[in-house]
Amino acid sequence: MEAQQTRAQQTEAHQTEAQQTQALARVPQAPAVGGEARSEPKTRGRSIVITSGKGGVGKTTTTANVGIALAARGARVVLVDADVGLRNLDLVLGLESRVRFHLLDVIEGTAPLDDALVRDKRVPTLWLLAAAQNREKDDVDTEAMCALIERLRERFDYVIVDSPAGIETGFKNAVAGADEAIVVCTPEVAAVRDVDRVVGLLGNRISVQLVVNRIRPALVRKGKMLSVEDVNSILRLPLLGVLGDAPDVIVATNRGEPVALDETAPIAAGYRAIAARIAGEDVAAPTADEPAGFFEKLGSLFGGRH
Amino acid sequence: MLEQVTEWFRNVFGAQSSSAVAKDRLRLVLLSDHLALAPDVIDALRRDLLDVISRYLEVDEAHSDVSFEHKEAGIAMLANIPILAMRPPEKIAESPADAQASAKSAGVDDDTGVLEAVHPNGRTDNYGRRPRRRRRRKSSGASQTAPAQ
Repeated sequence: MEAQQTRAQQTEAHQTEAQQTQALARVPQAPAVGGEARSEPKTRGRSIVITSGKGGVGKTTTTANVGIALAARGARVVLVDADVGLRNLDLVLGLESRVRFHLLDVIEGTAPLDDALVRDKRVPTLWLLAAAQNREKDDVDTEAMCALIERLRERFDYVIVDSPAGIETGFKNAVAGADEAIVVCTPEVAAVRDVDRVVGLLGNRISVQLVVNRIRPALVRKGKMLSVEDVNSILRLPLLGVLGDAPDVIVATNRGEPVALDETAPIAAGYRAIAARIAGEDVAAPTADEPAGFFEKLGSLFGGRH
Repeated sequence: MLEQVTEWFRNVFGAQSSSAVAKDRLRLVLLSDHLALAPDVIDALRRDLLDVISRYLEVDEAHSDVSFEHKEAGIAMLANIPILAMRPPEKIAESPADAQASAKSAGVDDDTGVLEAVHPNGRTDNYGRRPRRRRRRKSSGASQTAPAQ
């Protein structure tokens, strides 16, 4: 009980600290811009963290594909890999060979931001800021991280942060500069419990939306898998998207070509729908039937090939 | 085919599907998680309980305790509140209907003075957040405790 209390207090303290940092980061901009600020207001992009608590539910895949789908709509998007020590977002995006500097280089001032940002080959409005592979999560200073996110928000429409699994330092740093969160949950008891915990830690400052990933409608119909309704009857979050458990994702990750770019993959439509909803488009609200529909088609497709 | 037949039999004979089992287990574990994470909510609940019970009985607040336990069917709230004396009937709550309803729902065990209520598998929405206190009567009892805001 005592340990939990301290943990809660720490989170609280951490969050207020984060808010203060954000406030501090904003202050110097106003006088620097001066009178021009009114005639030409500086746009401030949205900062969204993608998190889940549990590992292996598809945070990085979701980050890559939602990011690419948003960028394909013409938005300027930067993806920030906050999983320091376990860098993977570059691999999923197929940009691993072009990463020269990383997040910590920028935070510590060893490299300028422009040198660390990697531009995507396929979608020119998509950029990546990779994590450091040979460093630890504790090396990241929360305030500096917030300031960096703030800098990125001045240049991009969307700053999407891929959070590491867990609820420790790495998670806290990833969340610190975010105004919005997308929690990724698979229809498993462990994933649901962890998302519930993470949502509790995110508090009221951050607006949270849910993506249910790796749904297998055939199993749901047989009563062998939690349905989207089951998951969300427990979590009770605004539902942003529902994604099936598509083999295309595995193939795409193998190649480093995000599946959202594959027009023939049914799941790409799911990512595009999520991107459209994030952008505020009035796309039909996701239901459990949504993947069931195209999965039946997918099933018959595969069946036909056998 | 065989699988479908066995599935059908299982459903007919009332066995729960594994997804239903998963959902029930999740409900329980999350309720327990939330309770463990919300010590101030439990403290507020304890004080409110004592408030209500003190309208009818004189209780030993210092030695009372509210806890939650995993039971087979769900999570049970256990309130152990030592009773010192009965309050005289004329001092009991103002509205008789109100009093009757409260007495019914409280379900105090006469022999032990232990109050037990199985909590439904509901969700507490926000941990750490105190429910708003609804005070039905002006403070007059000796055992009224002010909530620490």
